Amino acid sequence: MASHTPPKHAIYGLMAEFVTPQELLDAVKKVHAEGYEVLDAYTPYPVEAINHEVCHHKKSVVSKIVLIGGLSGGTFGLLFQSWAMGAFDWAQKLTYAIFGQSGYAFNIGGRDYFSWPAFIPVTFELTILFSAFSAVIGMFVVNGLPAPYHPVFNVDRFERATVDRFFLVIESADPKFDTARTRSFLEGLAPQDVSDVAW
Amino acid sequence: MPRLLPPGDKEILSPSHTSETITERISAIVFGGTPKWIIGIIGVSLIGVLLLVMSITWLLIKGVGVWGINIPVAWGFAIINLVWWIGIGHAGTLISAILLLLKQDWRNSINRFAEAMTLFAVACAVQFPLLHTGRPWLAIYWLMPYPNTMGLWPNFRSPLIWDVFAISTYGTVSLLFWYVGLVPDFATMRDRAKQLWQKKIFALLSMGWRGSCRHWHNYEMAYLLLAGLSTPLVLSVHSVISFDFSVSQLPGWHTTIFPPYFVAGAVFAGFAMVMLVAIPVRHMLGLHDVLTSRHLQNMAKVTLVTGMIVCYGYLTEFIFAYYSGNPYEIFAIAENRPFGPYNWGWLTLIFCNFLAIQPLWFKKVRQNIVWLWVISFIVSIGMWFERFVIVIMSLHRDFLPSSWDRYRATFWDYSLFAGTIGFFFCLMFLFVRFVPMIPMSELKILLPEAKVKDNHGAH
Repeated sequence: MASHTPPKHAIYGLMAEFVTPQELLDAVKKVHAEGYEVLDAYTPYPVEAINHEVCHHKKSVVSKIVLIGGLSGGTFGLLFQSWAMGAFDWAQKLTYAIFGQSGYAFNIGGRDYFSWPAFIPVTFELTILFSAFSAVIGMFVVNGLPAPYHPVFNVDRFERATVDRFFLVIESADPKFDTARTRSFLEGLAPQDVSDVAW
Repeated sequence: MPRLLPPGDKEILSPSHTSETITERISAIVFGGTPKWIIGIIGVSLIGVLLLVMSITWLLIKGVGVWGINIPVAWGFAIINLVWWIGIGHAGTLISAILLLLKQDWRNSINRFAEAMTLFAVACAVQFPLLHTGRPWLAIYWLMPYPNTMGLWPNFRSPLIWDVFAISTYGTVSLLFWYVGLVPDFATMRDRAKQLWQKKIFALLSMGWRGSCRHWHNYEMAYLLLAGLSTPLVLSVHSVISFDFSVSQLPGWHTTIFPPYFVAGAVFAGFAMVMLVAIPVRHMLGLHDVLTSRHLQNMAKVTLVTGMIVCYGYLTEFIFAYYSGNPYEIFAIAENRPFGPYNWGWLTLIFCNFLAIQPLWFKKVRQNIVWLWVISFIVSIGMWFERFVIVIMSLHRDFLPSSWDRYRATFWDYSLFAGTIGFFFCLMFLFVRFVPMIPMSELKILLPEAKVKDNHGAH
């Protein structure tokens, strides 16, 4: 989003580097207490306490996406099978009129065309399939991935963010951001290093 | 790299590991050269792949008549091998999903490896039913619902169609789960890579993952939900496969014990296969610091438990047959299996799946990798014979003695099976060589530094 608006500041933000997740968590808390809001933390593995602190204890939206995906998968599965097996006369006529396709009514032992217990396994599988796809695609979309470029990659030390270092970035989009003042504040948190993040 | 302390009997990670050493350890396998023994294994496996290609080609030229199948035994090796391979895959999903929900930390070192096994086992399994249709190029409209000019749809009341959906969903969800788990590790590989082309490949695969906590937050939710979704899925897959048998009326197949007994058998076979592959890989790559004795002991325990459930299933089949009072059922279970012409198959099954796992009750055996490997090997054979007993021995003698017949597999049955084994090991060792086989980001969660104290924990 930031890339669409002309940057107000010369840099994307300021990055502080820490050695342990404990130091990073304490730093994020202090930064929040100082009043900064537009920030992000970067860790090589998920640390629940930091995630919650950065996201203000908000629940991830992914679970809702998955619920919708799963429900639509299950509904689609059951209705589609019923239709393909010749249930619901009106639906057969309707689809025939529109698409020239209808279900194929198998009469098996005189059972109802809408023999739903036999449709449960496929309904179940489609529920799982749709949920799984919505979990994965939903997660990537919500995260804005794939993102081949991001300003944080401009910092050389950031290479260790996926290995063993913990980073905190206060973005210049934050209303309280001031390059000199924010830098000295970050330095006061005793990090390994504070670097400018170029756009 | 500093010398690592050997992990104790109860530890799941060497105590001297840090984030840095874990990354170094796992990524070195991918960035280092190819060890000779991996080249050797892949070379031998490629012979298997050639055999597979040859068997499939010959089969498509001549038709399924080149197999030993006949009437009444229309489901020969193809279905035995399908069930065997799918079963092997189950350990991967169990380890990655169910053990995650149960907060079993030790799964973190072996889940990637086991999930890869799942994918490759499913890839081997699906070949069999497709080829068994005889004309796989026509199978598209028998199996997949798509609007065709004939106005036909597959019969959704048939367990065979349930199977198509169960296996394809299982394969797809396993792939998604595996890939999502790999994304942070691909990012690590990208940042560790020295060469630009390596960086580019891993950057593409990692989707530009940068470890943002906002991303991790959604990622953790997606991963947890995938685990929650995979749990009923893995239980359903082998249940649905067992419906192929139990929904029919055939003596020896028509029992309600099948779904749970199949699932337990699948996990049993799967854990045996994980140990069968993991023990040599761990030894050859010297991974004792991340794949510890505790892992192998736990897997041995799961093998023992599921094995005993399977044996309970065998016992239940006898009780079902006796209690049903149905002479055909009693004949199939209590007479044809122990005393019929294929009783060697049944005796092998009892030896492999019941007698051979009993040493696992002893800790000394669970700590001994040679014993574990040998038992895993025997179990893998035993589980193949279980499907042999179910498929062949029920089909070859059903109701009317006039329609009984014998079944004998041909060269092409064996070659196709051997071919898929080669295909499986080829993929497995390419995976070991080119993909971080142990999840680095998940292993790092087990480090002491990852246990942060949240003093003002406002929830």
